[in-house]
Amino acid sequence: MPDLSVELAGIPLRNPLLLASGIWGESGRSLIGAWDAGAGGVVTKSIGSRPRPGYPNPTVEEFDSWGMLNAMGLPNPGIAEYPREIRAARDHGVLVIGSIFGGTAEEFARLAREMATTGVIALELNLSCPHAEGFGTEIGSDPKDVEEVVRAVVREVKVPVIAKITPNAADPAELAVAAERAGAKGISAINTVRGLAIDTTLARPVLAHGIGGLSGPAIKSVGLAAVWQIYRRVQIPIVGVGGISSGEDVLEYVMAGARAVEIGTAVAREGVRVFGRIAQELDRVLSERGTDRLGSLVGAAHRGFEIPTADFPP
Amino acid sequence: MHRIVEIEDRVLETPSTVTWRFPYAEPCAPGQFVMVWIPGDDELPMSLSYTDGPSKGVTIKAMGSTTRHVQSLPTGTRIGIRGPYGNRFDLTPRRILVVGGGSGTAVLAPGAEQALRSGAQVTCALGATTELELLFAKRLTAAGARVEVSTDDGTAGTPGFVTAVADRLLAEGSFDAVWTCGPEVMMRKVAESARSRGIIGYGSVERHMKCALGMCDACSLGPYHVCVDGPVFRTETLLSLEEFGRTKRDPSGRRVPL
Repeated sequence: MPDLSVELAGIPLRNPLLLASGIWGESGRSLIGAWDAGAGGVVTKSIGSRPRPGYPNPTVEEFDSWGMLNAMGLPNPGIAEYPREIRAARDHGVLVIGSIFGGTAEEFARLAREMATTGVIALELNLSCPHAEGFGTEIGSDPKDVEEVVRAVVREVKVPVIAKITPNAADPAELAVAAERAGAKGISAINTVRGLAIDTTLARPVLAHGIGGLSGPAIKSVGLAAVWQIYRRVQIPIVGVGGISSGEDVLEYVMAGARAVEIGTAVAREGVRVFGRIAQELDRVLSERGTDRLGSLVGAAHRGFEIPTADFPP
Repeated sequence: MHRIVEIEDRVLETPSTVTWRFPYAEPCAPGQFVMVWIPGDDELPMSLSYTDGPSKGVTIKAMGSTTRHVQSLPTGTRIGIRGPYGNRFDLTPRRILVVGGGSGTAVLAPGAEQALRSGAQVTCALGATTELELLFAKRLTAAGARVEVSTDDGTAGTPGFVTAVADRLLAEGSFDAVWTCGPEVMMRKVAESARSRGIIGYGSVERHMKCALGMCDACSLGPYHVCVDGPVFRTETLLSLEEFGRTKRDPSGRRVPL
């Protein structure tokens, strides 16, 4: 039986399949549900300084099988209230990665300090939500801002800091390089891809917020490309995110350079059972390839790869 | 994916409840709900009060300013519908006691009608604050159910809470199942009565909802998500949940008293 365990920023994980931030993570009991279903770890909802209800509905539009658009607006109970949900999960033995979002480097640092006391194994900085005014992508699109935030957080905490970066920037890899330079111990890529749906009968956007974030199978190759490019530029481990719903998808991300992956939208289609199924499939695809350790395939697709010239030889 | 439809009929059921009928061809089952988008305003989860045929229906109770505004929308208003979502009532029991409190009866009515059509015996205990607020008593009587009512102010039927009527009916008759929907304190009492008599119970519960796809966690209830694991639960399950009848989550995810 192939070994699915991986090490992420010094943290041993039983498998590389993490519950993505924003999915199921509002209550401790739900985090436990994902863990018991076989997730290797869970990422909380992004937690901010104050309770925040998020945007009014519609917050989600589901497309046939290829994707989903959402603009939840970072709803969360706030950092004062949320630790008890984490503690419930920790008491159950769940490996919890705490996601936080702030509007400034100082706010991130303050949240990080509080989040780090809850027993989380790592922090994930949401520098990439595509639909929240003053947060996420708005302060995560410029490498200088990313560097400033990560540096402020790293100074405050001992746990590893993972920067979740946006695909909605000219060069996502440049953002990862900035995060690494500032002391991040990992990169999560990608968050959702900025998107829009219009109801043509009503001639108006479907989501209350208008712009949302696209997720699901439609963005898998966007995420893969980001992971691929980041892998070529940084040394720290990468968590691949975007459109993963099978063992084969995970293997693609691993070969592009991911050490672990986050699964989100697929949970909507089949519930947290998805973790067990994907782990089984991963097991099978590795056996079929005669590989006994998933970790040995990280970045495998880069080996010997060169970009050919498109020009006629001189 | 939502679909835009027009409200084709609007019925004032009681002073505080309005039913909308709209064309929606998707097969729907008693117990299921749809997400109803009122463009420019909100999108709300609504249990189906009519599930058969090409025209479905929802019955809306005035709770606050949003629902009151929504209720006032006239026939012809365009709304978005997605779904149906969630699970359904088990229609196999042959002797069913239906216990509805206030607008909770809206969720129970289509299942009761279907069960009656398939030859089941259905007894209904319907409660309301006052006679004018009794919902679907005529509809269920016409469908062939035995209907007993109670009102808080004694203007119709037995004065007091519907749980007393339910207890009496449970003592008098023999039932294979109890269905209930209404305020959770009421449902808890009904669930306990069913349990004490060894009768299987099902209750439909309500929580704040956003995605309705089992993803956002807004409607989490213990280890369950009301949108995909419910809204119909075994009452045994509900009684085992610390939150049932006590707390819900607000839109930010904070736990607040019901």
